[in-house]
Amino acid sequence: MAIRDEFPRLAAAEFDEVVTHSHVRDVQLASGRTLALITLDNGRDHTRPSTLGPATLFELGDTLEAQRARGAAGEVDAIAVTGKPYFLAAGADLSNVGSLPDRETAAELPRLGHRVLGLLHEAPVPTFVFINGLALGGGLEIGLNADYRTISSAAPAVALPETFLGLVPGWGGATILPNLIGIERALKVIIENPLKQRVLKPADALELGIADAMFGPASFLESSLRWADGVLGGAKVDRPHVPGTLERTVKWPIALKIARETLEKRIGKVALAPYRALDVIELARKNDRAAGFAAEDAALADLIPGDQFVASIYAFDLVQKRAKRPAGAPDAALAKPVTKVGIIGAGLMASQFALLFLRRLQVPVVITDLDQGRVDAAVARIRGEIDALAGKGRITTDEQQRLSALISGTVDKADFAGCDWVIEAVFEELGVKQQVFAEVEPHLSETAVIATNTSSLSVEQIGARLAHPERLVGFHFFNPVAVMPLIEVVRTPATDDATLATAMRVAKDLKKNAVITRDTPGFVVNRVLAKLLGEAMHAVEQGSSFEDVVEAQRAFGFPMDPFVLLDLVGLKVGAHVLDTHHGAFPDRFFESQALHELAEQGILLEKDGKGEVKGIDKRARRIVAKHRPAGAVALSADELRVRIEDGLADEIKRMLDDHVVEAAEDIDLCMILGAGWPFQMGGITPYLDRVGASGRVFGGTFHQPPIAGPKA
Amino acid sequence: MADDDVVFVDGVRTPFGRAGEKGMYWQTRADDLAVKALTGLLERNPSLPLERIDEVAVAATTQTGDQGLTLGRTVGMLAGLPVSVPGYAIDRMCAGAMTAVTAVAGGIAFGAYDIAVAGGVEHMGRHPMGLDADPNPRFVAEKLVSMDALNMGKTAERIHDRFPHLTKERADRFALGSQQKYAAALAAGHIQHDLIPVATQSAAGWGLATADEAPRPETTMEGLAGLKTPFRDHGRVTAGNASGLNDGATMSIIASAAAAKEHGLTTKMRMVSFGFAGVDPDIMGIGPVPSTEKALKKAGLSIEDIGLFELNEAFAVQVLSFTDHFGIADDDPRVNPWGGAIAIGHPLASSGVRLMLQLARQFEQRPDVRFGITAMCVGLGQGGTVIWENPHHKRYGKGI
Repeated sequence: MAIRDEFPRLAAAEFDEVVTHSHVRDVQLASGRTLALITLDNGRDHTRPSTLGPATLFELGDTLEAQRARGAAGEVDAIAVTGKPYFLAAGADLSNVGSLPDRETAAELPRLGHRVLGLLHEAPVPTFVFINGLALGGGLEIGLNADYRTISSAAPAVALPETFLGLVPGWGGATILPNLIGIERALKVIIENPLKQRVLKPADALELGIADAMFGPASFLESSLRWADGVLGGAKVDRPHVPGTLERTVKWPIALKIARETLEKRIGKVALAPYRALDVIELARKNDRAAGFAAEDAALADLIPGDQFVASIYAFDLVQKRAKRPAGAPDAALAKPVTKVGIIGAGLMASQFALLFLRRLQVPVVITDLDQGRVDAAVARIRGEIDALAGKGRITTDEQQRLSALISGTVDKADFAGCDWVIEAVFEELGVKQQVFAEVEPHLSETAVIATNTSSLSVEQIGARLAHPERLVGFHFFNPVAVMPLIEVVRTPATDDATLATAMRVAKDLKKNAVITRDTPGFVVNRVLAKLLGEAMHAVEQGSSFEDVVEAQRAFGFPMDPFVLLDLVGLKVGAHVLDTHHGAFPDRFFESQALHELAEQGILLEKDGKGEVKGIDKRARRIVAKHRPAGAVALSADELRVRIEDGLADEIKRMLDDHVVEAAEDIDLCMILGAGWPFQMGGITPYLDRVGASGRVFGGTFHQPPIAGPKA
Repeated sequence: MADDDVVFVDGVRTPFGRAGEKGMYWQTRADDLAVKALTGLLERNPSLPLERIDEVAVAATTQTGDQGLTLGRTVGMLAGLPVSVPGYAIDRMCAGAMTAVTAVAGGIAFGAYDIAVAGGVEHMGRHPMGLDADPNPRFVAEKLVSMDALNMGKTAERIHDRFPHLTKERADRFALGSQQKYAAALAAGHIQHDLIPVATQSAAGWGLATADEAPRPETTMEGLAGLKTPFRDHGRVTAGNASGLNDGATMSIIASAAAAKEHGLTTKMRMVSFGFAGVDPDIMGIGPVPSTEKALKKAGLSIEDIGLFELNEAFAVQVLSFTDHFGIADDDPRVNPWGGAIAIGHPLASSGVRLMLQLARQFEQRPDVRFGITAMCVGLGQGGTVIWENPHHKRYGKGI
């Protein structure tokens, strides 16, 4: 019976799958033994990694069954699996999860994985997986199911990223790994790394005990086969990290408890997947494969058709695909070359810009300010940062000297003459920005692009005094500049395509993701956050407890509560952002006098000696109480949650109707990249659809069909 | 024995494949073949500190594409040698690897190097002979060579013309002997030791090349007699009494005697002398005759002193022209005792080191033999010869 016959629903479902084939060739080992070598190959070039969909697994399963039979018959002495060049497999094929017709079909997927990959366990002959390249998720689980693993020292990454995408490593990973490498190491691979979006390098995989041996890429397969021959001949394979009784009885529960607490502190309890993974790992303590696999099946049967996973895949696609082909971008060929950069300002932000432009564009960067002392200090600070990078080994000495030679400072605006990209980082005040651009423009060529990093002013008004306003574009970074991946590129009615194309190219060269927005207050990220923070401050002014406000927002799964966020961006900045939005949309955005007073006093959170947040400062409560208006109405946490959901749905619908960005996807992309909003929410609009806010507010959904799993 | 004596430390090769789409290396890069040979060679000589390698000379006849980009440098880098180890590419057509060995040997004898790597590669599937070659029109216009000189098969027919007693029947019999001697050597386990297995990519997945692909142990005189003569109607040269078109790579470690001793490296052979010589391109196959005479003279030896001959079998008649010249019988057991290129294959620039590693193995088994030679003919009328001394012989190093 073919494997596919055991999974009638998956076999009947229609998928657009790039099938990874399982080719088999017999290999003669030096000892005279025969090894059946299975190569996973989707027949595409290196731009398309092999992935594991249902048809792929059916074929691999049938192939493994056939080789097991040959093993039992004494025709082959071993079975091994490897991949096409550069890849073992990049994991389960996620492109079709939206096509899973119902929950029962979804439930077959984990069982199919166990059925097929499980054939590498307790086979009639020893089984090996030669991890020749990228091995993610299900790809690595192929290896974990086998008896032995080798890894190429050139494999770009090895990881079990499932929990990051709303799944658990459910083809054996969550059960086998802790029993192979120990509880703490397994938690690092399955829980901690995905959370930090980290992967393992081959040397890590070897050190952790995931791989038994590592070989160089020049003759990886030859060396692996020779090693396998040795193992077949009786060579001992050392597994120092396999947990013993003490680890299982004592260490295991403690490690799980710590992991659970750490997770709750970091991401709250909304995201389901990491906690389900912890449950399976906890169970793995008993080293009962059947029970573990059943738990994995159950977890995936719940998670795969769940809204969080579907939203995660939506978010993953946004980040992987839409971010790389920004909506509304003009022809990239229109972009003008940027061979020298001018930065107006010599403050901290200007220095951060300078360092980023130096490192990524590797062109001369000139900074300017009114005061020579400030300019000199900034240049020294930037060179210090460059030296620090070299000190940490992040750049070579050659690179250090190259970059140091590229930075210069001046108080004479005429030194901007050769710059074809000028960006300002001066005080957030319209008159100041207008003035510095007016001073600089006469020294620039007519084609030079001028960019402003404003977060709250009208870009169009900033350009009001320019002779050539068509070359002005908004270029809004997020803090910290070196880390945050988003730039909002703001197009005014005057901005021409060549300028916009140049801005998009510069963003790309800076290794940032750019989203094009219209010149409307707060653009995207600040406007959505201003809504959220304004509601939070309004609620406490109205008499809701800080705790209720935090509780109301907990359901979303935001990376931090609104008061921690206010503390992070700075209370003064926060108050200013609220003022700006209230000024623009007085009927929908709240300003907060209480926040102004908190900012003046510098009081909000109570922190311990290490800077850990312990709660709300008592004095902050008193200040807020002082600002309670007459007739204030305090809402419960639940009422607040609905109010915030509806407020966000309303505001985002207005933004889309006003064409601030091309589509809801762009709002989500901005919130994911600019505010770190989680994949399980799909940014924000899938979440608003699935909690019914979109329906309550405008009688529809942002997405048709909504980004949600099958309910049946 | 002098410190600046040049010794052959070790040599390896990939299994040789048949060129073309059906060959096992069709989807394997030429430079990867060379890298795998080098990696295998270094792995089995672990006492050699990589940074002490002074030179990497790698030969190929067609130095474009995956055989371009200065092979000695690229192969060294890809095999993981330190960047401080230099390398270069070298070309003397079929005698490429042999010339790589003699060139680095010269450097060692001069004292410029202590240890060097020398080898060659030819992927005749990816680089068919003469592809993209642009011979100067003067060769033909001024009758510097005949049209036949550029076609190796035709030059072999011309040897038959010049020496009518070297008949097709004799050539076929020699070819049959080559196949039979190779098959016997393989069965006796003489060939496998120096083969480095190569993982091969194919549409059917990864495989592992562990054995030569070209040999035809089923060959018979009748079968040979019936083969076509593609170079001339009613000619004498056939696919059966010539080497084929092949893919493969070879690598060797050449060192000064002092360096070999310092690093605990084996000495499999000592280089006695070498010689290269030119002949009429129309009968290029006779080239090893004058090159051998030159090398013998430099060594102060005569042909009678040579106990083993590893002669590259570009064509059977070309080997016979050599043995005939020196009065050696067609089936003399000293000549190619384990068969030759007619059976094994001849990936042009790689073959020189194949002759050497085979001679080195025979020296181990034949302490009674003191001197052996490796010799081969070269397109456009050249021959190359290296004379080696057997360290297992009782008079080794005691002067000639």
